[in-house]
Amino acid sequence: MKLRSKSAAMLAVAVSVALTVSACGGGSNDDGEGEGEGGGAAANAAIDKVLNASDKKGGTLVYESADVPDSMDPGNTYYGYMWNFSRLYARSLMTYAPGPGAQAAEPVPDLAEGPGEATDGGKTWTYKIKKGVKYEDGTEITAGDVKYAVERSNYARDVLSLGPNYFAQYLQNPDDYKGPYKDKSEEGIASIETPDDHTIVFKLDQAFQEFDYLVAMTQTAPVPRDKDNGSDYQKNIVSSGSYKFESFDLDKSATLVRNDQWDPKTDKIRKQLPDKIEVRFKVNPETIDKNIEAGKTHVMFDALGVTAQTQSQMLRDKSNMLDNPTGGRLTYLAMNTQLAPFDDVNCRKAVEYAVDKDSSMRALGGEPKGDIATTALPPDVPSHEAYDDPYATEGSKGDVDKAKAALKECGQPDGFDTVLTARTERQDEIDNATAIQAALKKVGINAEIQKFPGGKYFTDFAGSRKWTQDNKAGLYMMQWGSDWPSGYGFLQQIANGGALGESGNTNISYLDDPEINKLLDDSIADPDKAARAKAYAEVDKKMLETAAIVPLSYFKVLHQRSDKVTNLVVSQAFSGQYDYLNLGLK
Amino acid sequence: MTAPIETTGATEATPEALVEGVDKSRIEGRSLGRIAWMRLKRDRVAMAGGVVVVLLVLIAALSRPIQSIFGLDPNKLNQDLVDPSLSTPYGSFGGMSWDHPLGVEPRLGRDIATRILEGSWVSLLVAFGATMVAVVIGTVLGVIAGYYGKWADTIISRTMDTFLAFPVLLFAISISAALQGGAFGLKGLQLHIGVLIFVIGFFSWPYIGRIVRGQTLSLREREFVEAARSLGARGPFILFRELLPNLVGPILVYSTLLIPTNILFEAALSFLGVGIQPPQASWGGMLSSAIDYYQVDPMFMVVPGVAIFLSVLAFNLLGDGLRDALDPKGRR
Repeated sequence: MKLRSKSAAMLAVAVSVALTVSACGGGSNDDGEGEGEGGGAAANAAIDKVLNASDKKGGTLVYESADVPDSMDPGNTYYGYMWNFSRLYARSLMTYAPGPGAQAAEPVPDLAEGPGEATDGGKTWTYKIKKGVKYEDGTEITAGDVKYAVERSNYARDVLSLGPNYFAQYLQNPDDYKGPYKDKSEEGIASIETPDDHTIVFKLDQAFQEFDYLVAMTQTAPVPRDKDNGSDYQKNIVSSGSYKFESFDLDKSATLVRNDQWDPKTDKIRKQLPDKIEVRFKVNPETIDKNIEAGKTHVMFDALGVTAQTQSQMLRDKSNMLDNPTGGRLTYLAMNTQLAPFDDVNCRKAVEYAVDKDSSMRALGGEPKGDIATTALPPDVPSHEAYDDPYATEGSKGDVDKAKAALKECGQPDGFDTVLTARTERQDEIDNATAIQAALKKVGINAEIQKFPGGKYFTDFAGSRKWTQDNKAGLYMMQWGSDWPSGYGFLQQIANGGALGESGNTNISYLDDPEINKLLDDSIADPDKAARAKAYAEVDKKMLETAAIVPLSYFKVLHQRSDKVTNLVVSQAFSGQYDYLNLGLK
Repeated sequence: MTAPIETTGATEATPEALVEGVDKSRIEGRSLGRIAWMRLKRDRVAMAGGVVVVLLVLIAALSRPIQSIFGLDPNKLNQDLVDPSLSTPYGSFGGMSWDHPLGVEPRLGRDIATRILEGSWVSLLVAFGATMVAVVIGTVLGVIAGYYGKWADTIISRTMDTFLAFPVLLFAISISAALQGGAFGLKGLQLHIGVLIFVIGFFSWPYIGRIVRGQTLSLREREFVEAARSLGARGPFILFRELLPNLVGPILVYSTLLIPTNILFEAALSFLGVGIQPPQASWGGMLSSAIDYYQVDPMFMVVPGVAIFLSVLAFNLLGDGLRDALDPKGRR
């Protein structure tokens, strides 16, 4: 059992984002409000502030991981924890600085001197690169290295296929550039210009006002062309950050040591505290929990949270050594708006009323695993705005009468049969589907649960238009987190009808609402940040109005905290993981 | 096996008494059965197994009626009995109480006793069904291979080797995954049970087939068969009237021993998530969802574990006893 297949399917954005548990923000827990005997800090102390802030140097910081990452190469990974961790050895143009709450979700300059300068109405973005920043071998980093990094990570999908490819999506590409491994010319892609060694200009097809978020992805971290060997680059990464690889043993461990070429004068964010950082892969999750408790290990690398066993024990003992933040992710039930009878908004409303969110939250693992949700945007995603839930029911337990009334209006007074899909390797998702099935049955909707492997969920099943139509499958269990912390990053992939294809859809409500599409398209071209945030909140409301999704829970993750670690803070930019950048040891 | 009795019965038959001889052999068969029964009765362990088996079959057969009489619903959620922050049932021993004698599940709070009851018919139906499929295919092909020999034997024996070498588990996993939704006019639970019976039965027939073939090989050279043949009896007659009655013993024994294997196989497939689909209760499925809680709520794992253990043990004990009882060389 526990097939937990961590496939990093490139289309299935959600697959990987979802598996790398995540989140940030202010979840509060009933347990342990006071000072604890053990660590001195209360439960959830690392959510609202940086806990044990310190500049003390030295020691070996140990991470342990239940699995292995898709790749250590910052240009070839889709796991949130790798985006988080790789900042230690890879400096992208912009990045996220450790900090509590919303302040961590704002990109700050790293390799760049400042945020991008937009010209041409947001179609051209110019970044100045800091002078005197060096690789671990002492050579200076130039704009060409950044350009090369973007080219290899976005245009050579046959070699590096694991990361996202937003640059390929938004950059101009009139000559159909084939990536640096096929096109060996020095010029590379024409839409990234490097007028001098410290200036880089990106030219886009359309106005895109959140470009700073895109360059904050680790894919803009410089890669020296002569040291690049494709997917094997993860074995000899040339560091630009505060740490460099001493050794990397695939599937076993990685050891990082201080990078002596890193100059704190060029870097306001990094601290370089421990002497050594060790990551051990493929450790039994229960062993990791025990090791952290014993102080032998400091952080769970893949940030999946504690096992059910440890969770029960910690909560039963009212342990203070835990942080239980929300993870910028929404667990929801998607309804296929293009498949009868769900193409009728009243049939969808019937489901909205029938679903027992309280039961669903308990099926997911209760309060430590999620708060009952009423909006599409989780509260810890910027531009979330609370509004009155149009389908509020008493105690969030569902309302059979209202659901039946809605069913009558859509001409199905006796209910109907449908299929509800869930992912095989996620027991909590299956339990959740079971709870929803029971609630729907009360109003006469018979949903047959079908399970499919997560790696093919979007390509072959819930995300394939043909499959859903052929199998009359109208309901899908879904969990979604955004690739960058903004309303657009979250909504665009699950609400934008313009991006719907035949398969590989993550918009599995098959929602194609002209108003929502226009709001999304217009807002991303709008330089006014506040106006953009408003538009996203508007889209959120409209998604509920059209009853395309039933929000179930705002995902939460339960981390076990080590009392030996300094500068602990949960990051909204990395979906509720501890920010790995400046962790040190007491 | 059964050699002396059969030999006497067959050699005594005179040509005129052939019809009567059949009758006679039935009487012999009955007395063979009586001897076996007497032996079995003396074997206390086997009898205990037999009693449990009978009980199990009764429970499984009456599972649905019992549920409707007592108003039980295996899929009813009782989440008010589960601690929302721990996800485990309130109270000790997995939330045992008068209403829920074996406790309730973590998270969903479904009654475990009812789910065990509901799971019993699934387990036994699949095990019996699959065994039946295996016995029918195995016997037919085994007898043909053993009696006709030559190329028929070669083809069938090689087919059996192929089946035995087949990665059954992988095949089962892929076919179960591929057939979700609907196939052969079946849907949902019927489909899953049908697929399980087919997959398990289709891959366990070679075990029966080999035994039957071996028995047939030795029987066909016996005098009573030669006698029948010399009297003009043809293939089918010899197969059905002479050979099959003498094969009933071994077939009975090996199918009793195949049932527990199939119970385990069904549990394993449901455990791997490719057998019975939720929310339908099945023992293997319950065991699989119990893994996450084995330390904090051990009862949830113990109950379906004990159910599987007891039924497998009972069938094995009964099967062993049957083999001893039907073995004429047995000393008892």
